[in-house]
Amino acid sequence: MSSTDITINQDVHHPHEEHDHHHDQNFIEKYIFSQDHKVIAKQYLITGIAWAFIGGFLSILFRLQLGWPEATFTFLEPILGGWVENGKLNPEFYLALVTMHGTIMVFFVLTAGLSGTFSNFLIPLQIGARDMASGFMNMLSYWIFFISSVIMFLSLFLETGPAAGGWTVYPPLSALPQAIEGSKGGMTMWLISMALFIVSQLLGGVNYITTVINLRTRGMSMTKLPLTIWAFFITAVLGLLAFPVLFSAALLLIFDRSFGTSFFLSDIFIAGEALAHSGGSAILFQHLFWFLGHPEVYIVIMPAFGIVSEVIATNARKPIFGYRAMIGSLLGIAVLSFVVWAHHMFVTGMNPFLGSVFMFLTLIIAVPSAVKVFNWLATLWRGNIRFTTAMMFAVGFVSLFISGGLTGIILGNSALDIQLHDTYFVIAHFHLVMGAAAFFGMFAGVYHWFPKMFGRMMDDKLGFVHFWLTFVAVYLVFMPMHYIGIAGFPRRYYAWTGFEVFNGFTDMNMFISISAILGFSAQFIFLFNFVYSIFRGRKTTLNPWHSNTLEWTTPVNPGHGNWPGEIPAVYRWPYDYSKPGAVEDYIPQNVPFSQTQSSNLPQERDFE
Amino acid sequence: MITFAIVLSIVLLFVILFLLFRIGTLASIFRGSSERAPGTTKTSNRVNSTLLLLFLVGGGAAFIWSFADSWEGMNLPVASVHGTWTDSLFWTTMIVIGIVFAITQVLLFYYSYKYQHKDNKRAYYYPHNNKLEIIWTMIPAVVMALLVFAGWKTWTKITSAAPESAVVVEVMGKQFNWMVRYPGQDGQLGVSKTTLIDATNEFGIDFSDPSAKDDFIPNQIHVPVGKPVLLKIRSRDVIHSVFLPHFRLKMDAVPGMPTSFWFVPTKTTAEMRTETGNPDFNYELACAELCGRGHFAMRFMLVVDEPAEYEAWLAEQKPFVEQNPGVMAKFATEAPQDLALDAKPGEKAEEDKTEL
Ligand code: HEM
Ligand SMILES: [Cu+2]
Ligand SMILES: [Cu+2]
Repeated sequence: MSSTDITINQDVHHPHEEHDHHHDQNFIEKYIFSQDHKVIAKQYLITGIAWAFIGGFLSILFRLQLGWPEATFTFLEPILGGWVENGKLNPEFYLALVTMHGTIMVFFVLTAGLSGTFSNFLIPLQIGARDMASGFMNMLSYWIFFISSVIMFLSLFLETGPAAGGWTVYPPLSALPQAIEGSKGGMTMWLISMALFIVSQLLGGVNYITTVINLRTRGMSMTKLPLTIWAFFITAVLGLLAFPVLFSAALLLIFDRSFGTSFFLSDIFIAGEALAHSGGSAILFQHLFWFLGHPEVYIVIMPAFGIVSEVIATNARKPIFGYRAMIGSLLGIAVLSFVVWAHHMFVTGMNPFLGSVFMFLTLIIAVPSAVKVFNWLATLWRGNIRFTTAMMFAVGFVSLFISGGLTGIILGNSALDIQLHDTYFVIAHFHLVMGAAAFFGMFAGVYHWFPKMFGRMMDDKLGFVHFWLTFVAVYLVFMPMHYIGIAGFPRRYYAWTGFEVFNGFTDMNMFISISAILGFSAQFIFLFNFVYSIFRGRKTTLNPWHSNTLEWTTPVNPGHGNWPGEIPAVYRWPYDYSKPGAVEDYIPQNVPFSQTQSSNLPQERDFE
Repeated sequence: MITFAIVLSIVLLFVILFLLFRIGTLASIFRGSSERAPGTTKTSNRVNSTLLLLFLVGGGAAFIWSFADSWEGMNLPVASVHGTWTDSLFWTTMIVIGIVFAITQVLLFYYSYKYQHKDNKRAYYYPHNNKLEIIWTMIPAVVMALLVFAGWKTWTKITSAAPESAVVVEVMGKQFNWMVRYPGQDGQLGVSKTTLIDATNEFGIDFSDPSAKDDFIPNQIHVPVGKPVLLKIRSRDVIHSVFLPHFRLKMDAVPGMPTSFWFVPTKTTAEMRTETGNPDFNYELACAELCGRGHFAMRFMLVVDEPAEYEAWLAEQKPFVEQNPGVMAKFATEAPQDLALDAKPGEKAEEDKTEL
């Protein structure tokens, strides 16, 4: 049989008349209180980008302090007011900056910004649904997130400053207003903000899960879902199970702070007096916190797994290698992520036997992670790789994930964690594996789905420059942090020159800070490209990357409801790239087998 | 200087950006509208995949160089028995992950280069291979099992109970410094309670307890070389963490929950001074758990003596009550006997509770 008569029905014609099922909307309904998942996704994205710049800027501020401990920064005085005295950052404000940086990056950028954007945008489009299960709840989830993030930000303007106990807010430091300035109003606002944030996450998560389970189009079985959807789905489940625990921890902390309970407080003498508390356990909070906190780092990275799998398969023009193993490893990681939390607590004095158990479980999680990396490599093998900007970031992601992931094997080993816990080795590890890598996943996603979001393309050349500067800077910033970390250089230190054992690292710290400033500046290229392309970018075609997934079957600028006519049915898995015998090197999911030749057998056949 | 460097780098970036954008737009005008699928243009593919390969080579070289260059700095001389175990476990693990790191990164960048887009080529349809996948699941699993086993053995030894003969030192963290107490001749630390803390009695020691009478509170830690030392660690306000980098020792100081860590120092301060060639060398104790604005300044000194020197030092120390006779006043007025009896059950506080 010849293969020439395979037609790929790409340019499905669409009726010209606007097929709007919804009543006319004014500006506010359309762009502000919109219930359209695509608009909400853009809201999440733009808010996330704004927070990323703020969070990044805060890290530059404290990197100035770390890079040039002796210098004075008088130019900061007009920006930071009383927090800078004679050009020196106030040590307590330094801690507040670190705390805000961590909180903003983890929760507002990489949880809300990453998951919120892509789960919202892609779930209905890729599974063939008109919208989320509940558009109203979806809108609510965005606005509650927005309010929560604004509350967090406003704490910067309190006289006593924002929370300063680290993003992990361990009590008693966070529970006792007399312990630290940042445990006064700033901490209260942190807790309120976080409680709202959790509500928003739960609203969003319930929606994602319901939508994936119930609203798939005809033929879209779970084993035909793109890996993006699998990743978003499992991420939502993780959030749903983990966030309530943080919520309860926050609630108990509020009780301890305000109502005299002693969940986390015991005999304490502070600020000149002995407190009336007794019997509580400060370590209990850490268990509750990390029961969320550890799954949280996977909540951050998992959407990036999905995005990167998708982008790599599309641009390597190959099916993702080991589709089932990829889903299996996502599930494996998800389950294991709930049973490793205490590896953050090896040196808290917990029972050493428990330490061994958590070491064992922690190192096991390396196995599914390794499977993912090998599968991505196998996907590249003998591909025909198109280096779009998205693909560059996807390759960068894999590199960063390898580098950062491997040091987790060191930290997960309790005996080794004794020396490395709370040093820059940890900072380097998690910034590579979840900070930078998750950001790379986000960039890959933005560059890849920008045409679908805005009907225009982002500029490739600027994209490449952005990629290269960022990629190099990330390594220049975080590689050296390992070196000083191995020597024990502690994190959350405002200054280290008082210690002989740490003060040999002046040059290294300066180097890190300069690299950070360069890397941060490079993000303005992205910002420019992003904003400019929304208005002036090249117009896109229907399916610019020649991708198989359903979102590319909607009109360039899909209206509310996504498909003007009927929702396409799905016949095949999303990874029919370069199928032998097919004319094109891709066959979208909505192409029935009858339209194709014998070579295009159902994918199930490939799974003997 | 710094301001200048920052301003310069930002200006530089904007210039690059502007130039690129101009060139980019001009080039796309000249190219006309002959559209190719994005990512298939020859130059951008060739340039990017070559850059990826260069990154591998250049980045790899830079990594090796910087690693070697930082070797001295990152390898703090080790001064405890268990520290030599963890150091060797650390570098063994580093070699294992280093091999995986090298293989995977090389493949990643090499494949990216080798399989860059060519117009007349077709990717190889290869969706899965069960055998391969089982192999590369099993290998990491086995390697992890070995690392877990090695780690578990070391960890069990480090966290085992301290020998009876260990020198006992109590370390207490407070905002923002460390305080230490030795049990004195009787080898028993006196009972302490937060409610008894005041400006002189910062430990809140109950001096009606006979075993407290000889406790002394020096302003440096002294320990004998080659003998086990047991640190009894506690905090009176927030969480701190005892960190002795040269001994590879770290343990949180948690209010209400005493912890401990024992170790055997292997090099005296004097030996370290010769080894490092630094006549001013001192062992330092840092705080590793965020505890407030003075967190970064919680420095304390530890001296490792020859056993004879240590004994001499011990003999010089005066009990706290002798140096501060005033503190007894508070206890003298109360019935000392009862208090001492009262305090007996409280002694439990000295044992290390371990918490789930
Ligand atoms: C502009 C790039 C970034 C730089 C230069 C940077 C730098 C730093 C540094 C030096 C610290 C440690 C400060 C200290 O312990 O004293 C830190 C903390 C932290 N960073 Fe970043 N970071 C960057 C981006 C990110 C990203 C993308 C994330 C997202 C995961 C992130 C999350 C965190 C967290 C969670 C902490 C810990 C905060 C805490 O200790 O409470 N950072 N960052
Ligand atoms: Cu401290
Ligand atoms: Cu501290």
